[in-house]
Amino acid sequence: MSASSLAGEAKPTFAAAPWRERAEEALIPPLVALLVALICGDLLILSYGQSPAAVYRLLLEGTWGNAYGFGQVLYKATTLSFTGLAVSFGLRAGLFNIGGESQLAAGGFAAALMGLVLPAGTPLFFALLICMIAAGAAGGVVGSVPAYLKTRFGAHEVIVTIMLNFIVLALLNWFIAGHLHVPETLHTPEIHAGVLPRLADIDSRFHGSAANLALIVAVLIATAVWFYLFRTRGGYDLRAVGLQPQAAEYGGISVNRVWMRALTFSGAIAGMGGINYVLGYKHYYEDGFASGAGFLGIAVALVGRNHPFGVIIAAFFFATLSQGGLAIHAFVPKQMMDVLQGVVIIAVATAVPEVRRILRGARGRSDA
Amino acid sequence: MNPISFLTQMIRIAIPYLFAASGGVVAERAGIVSLTLEGFMLSGAFAAVLGTNYSGSPWVGVLCGILGGLIFSMIHAVATIRYRADQVVVGVAINLLAIGVTRFFLKLFFASSSNSPRVAGFGGNINANGFDNPLLWLGLLVAPVMAFVIYKTPFGLRVRAVGEHPDAAESVGVSVKRVRYAAVALSGMLAALGGVYLALDQHQFTDQMTAGRGFIAISAVIFGRWDPLRAAAACLLFAAAETLQIQLQGNHAIPSQFIEMIPYALTIIALAGVVGRAVPPAALGRVED
Amino acid sequence: MSETPAIRMEGIDKSFGAVRANRGASLEVMPGEIHALVGENGAGKSTLMRMLGGLMKPDAGHVEVFGRDVTGWSTGDAIAAGIGIVHQHFMLVPTLSVAENLVLGCEPKTQGVVLDYARASEDVRKLSSETGLVIAPERLISDLSVGEAQRVEILKVLFRGARILVLDEPTAVLSPPEVRELWAVLRRLRDKGDTIVLITHRLDEVVEISSAITVMRAGQTVARVKTSETTPAEIARLMVGREVSLSAGKRVQPSGRTGSQPNQGLEVRNLSVVGSRGIRVIDDVSFSVKPGEILGIAGVEGNGQTELIEALAGLRSTSAGEILIDGVDITRRSVAQRHEAGLSHIPEDRLRRALILEYTVANNLILGVQKYFSSNGVIDRDRVKENAARAITSFDIRPPNALLAARALSGGNQQKVVVAREMGRGFSVLLASQPTRGVDVGAIEFIHQQLLTARAQGKAILLVSAELNEVLALSDRIAVMYRGKFATVLPSAEASEDVLGEYMIGTKKGSAA
Repeated sequence: MSASSLAGEAKPTFAAAPWRERAEEALIPPLVALLVALICGDLLILSYGQSPAAVYRLLLEGTWGNAYGFGQVLYKATTLSFTGLAVSFGLRAGLFNIGGESQLAAGGFAAALMGLVLPAGTPLFFALLICMIAAGAAGGVVGSVPAYLKTRFGAHEVIVTIMLNFIVLALLNWFIAGHLHVPETLHTPEIHAGVLPRLADIDSRFHGSAANLALIVAVLIATAVWFYLFRTRGGYDLRAVGLQPQAAEYGGISVNRVWMRALTFSGAIAGMGGINYVLGYKHYYEDGFASGAGFLGIAVALVGRNHPFGVIIAAFFFATLSQGGLAIHAFVPKQMMDVLQGVVIIAVATAVPEVRRILRGARGRSDA
Repeated sequence: MNPISFLTQMIRIAIPYLFAASGGVVAERAGIVSLTLEGFMLSGAFAAVLGTNYSGSPWVGVLCGILGGLIFSMIHAVATIRYRADQVVVGVAINLLAIGVTRFFLKLFFASSSNSPRVAGFGGNINANGFDNPLLWLGLLVAPVMAFVIYKTPFGLRVRAVGEHPDAAESVGVSVKRVRYAAVALSGMLAALGGVYLALDQHQFTDQMTAGRGFIAISAVIFGRWDPLRAAAACLLFAAAETLQIQLQGNHAIPSQFIEMIPYALTIIALAGVVGRAVPPAALGRVED
Repeated sequence: MSETPAIRMEGIDKSFGAVRANRGASLEVMPGEIHALVGENGAGKSTLMRMLGGLMKPDAGHVEVFGRDVTGWSTGDAIAAGIGIVHQHFMLVPTLSVAENLVLGCEPKTQGVVLDYARASEDVRKLSSETGLVIAPERLISDLSVGEAQRVEILKVLFRGARILVLDEPTAVLSPPEVRELWAVLRRLRDKGDTIVLITHRLDEVVEISSAITVMRAGQTVARVKTSETTPAEIARLMVGREVSLSAGKRVQPSGRTGSQPNQGLEVRNLSVVGSRGIRVIDDVSFSVKPGEILGIAGVEGNGQTELIEALAGLRSTSAGEILIDGVDITRRSVAQRHEAGLSHIPEDRLRRALILEYTVANNLILGVQKYFSSNGVIDRDRVKENAARAITSFDIRPPNALLAARALSGGNQQKVVVAREMGRGFSVLLASQPTRGVDVGAIEFIHQQLLTARAQGKAILLVSAELNEVLALSDRIAVMYRGKFATVLPSAEASEDVLGEYMIGTKKGSAA
């Protein structure tokens, strides 16, 4: 077989055929989780002497079935989208950002400050931009601490971000309680500029719900993240480091610099999420508004398989659970949703390596 | 400020940390990440109150509390050891699950969203300052006992081997999985005891009553460089800071929030190697065959 | 006299996915022998021994120990029956002491619960004096030298009553005096009646210490001989083999272009690299590769070739010396900067280094040169597609789907992706490490053609290969690496398998040119 006969035999194609296999690996775990959640939910509902079918119907009616409920789902999904995007961005580089709550709080705080500093009457676009930059910068600063400690000292980001959560939240609490709160409360004065219109202002059916323009921002950020990860060189480098750091190093990529960038931007994205509560809902920063959003962000990233658009969908899922809990509260305590959240996360986390093992074993893939 | 009252309060505050940190040390030494201490503690607290409430005896409550911690730790163990799920993710989930489950059953059994009815506890003699509580003495003994277990028993040797070089252990016939299951179970029961002490001392269960103590316990483990006695010392240190803050209330020299931060800041400093390197067990958190 | 063999393995098959590590392999070891099991990396020796030790089960075939069928047994069974494997990468817990490592899993106890450290130390001391392997029980493994740590590994298996010892590449990390000590220990054990299997690829050692030899190649057993009845050259030939039938004997015509270019190729001066245990894995090496020349490095794997390439590529730090590309000192430069300076690298570890398995073929084809495929930070997908189409066509990459994940391709096609990428961009120096490993015959020729074409275009190529034929057919000059040094550098006209073989196994030591 001579060399010349080789050239020209292969007709290059660009069939995105492999998406079927990747889709299987990606989608089966969340579906498994959904199944487990349903079974678990059934058990919990039954233990309360209620009928699962009736309760699920009520849940759907209370969330996607009426405008107010759906508005609340939109609102909650917005915050979760931001923290979910933040976690998934870090995970794409192989890093675990557990600091979502403090980054979100710091971002919200910065946005509130800007909202106070900017004069009333500042054009919305301008004010929003400034507030977002401030929020992102604050979150980014918080995110840069574990980044620096990891690249310089090899300190594991999981512990550092958890510890920093407590520290930053305590700092914010101290500042608010001591210097900037409205008497008898733990929140800052109302902002003058940067107020985001509510969805209810556009469509009165959503009256009463907290859904606001920040949702659009969330979608825009998700798109930006998608673009960065999959269309830019920076994203190529980042994903390479997350997938195979040794090969990335061989390819001339600076692993440390990627890590630095990844955690800092992860923090910035979480920080920007602060605008949902601060600019769009209450119009002030309140101590504790970020509670739980960081951990749920991990759940969202996991179920959304670390893909920006998957994250949005997962955010909607968890927001529905959360709002649904309120809707069914008369029949089953909303605390059931807290249980389901935990169950879903464990189910997905367990399913991912198991599904991968089964699928790859069945396809006879060799790693040699 | 009376030094005796400072000491007694400090010890009482330290007990939950001592229990949980001792549990955390053995699990992490075996290579399993223990972010779950918070969840184990909370479940132990609730189960203890449940048991005491329905039986009238705090000792039954203690047993129930241990069982509660054991159940949650087994969920963690199966997911991470058998199914090799990511230990950090499952850890976070266990904590969330514990919050959810305790809330759900709080509603179911006690029809409340915030607290259970009062239950019997141990001791009760005001003059004893809490030292007539057998759990307190148990808590003081836990760390030295754990040190003994880890350094002077075959089980402890296997735990140390499995957390540093699981292949080496496997090659001499030690079942890495079995050792890890045992270590996680132990951590679950011990951390639960911390919660039991907390709940019975306050004579009730309140929603999320552990309030981050499990994370302070992890800080103690790291700051104590995964050694039971050093971790215990860290627990006492953190408890001292907390006591200081309580007893200095009203004195605004140092705001309470900064005292709160101390354990966490110290942990970060330890990780950054400023005060000698805090090197975790080599196989910690690694998911391998 | 027909004695029951201590070990008898026959017809052993073992596959890992698509890789057949053992194909009908066999082994027969008589009691009281020091038996050498030789072969190249990947020949299947370690896999075979793992099945003896119960770490794996064979897919087919059977295993007998002293006449007893033990096929598919567990590690526990193997240890109980007296098999002790001393691993190449020590299975010792660094933070524990010698005694603790030794008693792990069979700890002596007082009162059922407490670990009897005193007994453990005493047992260790007793065994130490019995076997002559002296080591203090309280010392931490991390404080031990390599030779001492190995002593502990041997003690560990003896402690559990091993009568058949298998040592996997024991001298890979030892200095010559430590090797001599090891031989003394092995001889003492043999005199005591133990049976020893020595896995090695160092043929000078085989000749020194063993009484019988089994040679493996590509998963099969190709020969079984008495040491006294064979020669090192013969063993080398059996080991290395003639797997790839190139137009054997054809020598490369001199390109006639050396030395007249503005480029100066690769120059290495006094390069030293220190390994993980303080030994010099590259020991004061100097050489150059001129433009339009292929310098082939022959040598059995494990003599520093991997580390040399890694150091040149920027993936390993050096302790002394300089590296120059076209006259520019790149010793302190990063990987990316070396790419800029004109360096290309085909790594020997395809799966971990050369490719990102989850990335598509198209994306893998731009690894290392991403910046030339992006403008303003955004990747130009059309150019990436164009590049992929070109590479797929020129290199006959199959399946020809540029959007397949690299992990879906066969080993040979994966290698073609790597070669297409590394040789498809502007470079003046190419490091090619095992470039045709795991590649089918037709593609091998194609890759060789590419290398020769590059040479004709005035590139400087450093070729490292375990396939002696490949090195002989392609190189202008051939160097042999032995224990971190160039044992010799010969013009290809003067080199032959026999000549090189002797340098490769260390029986001949020349002065490096």
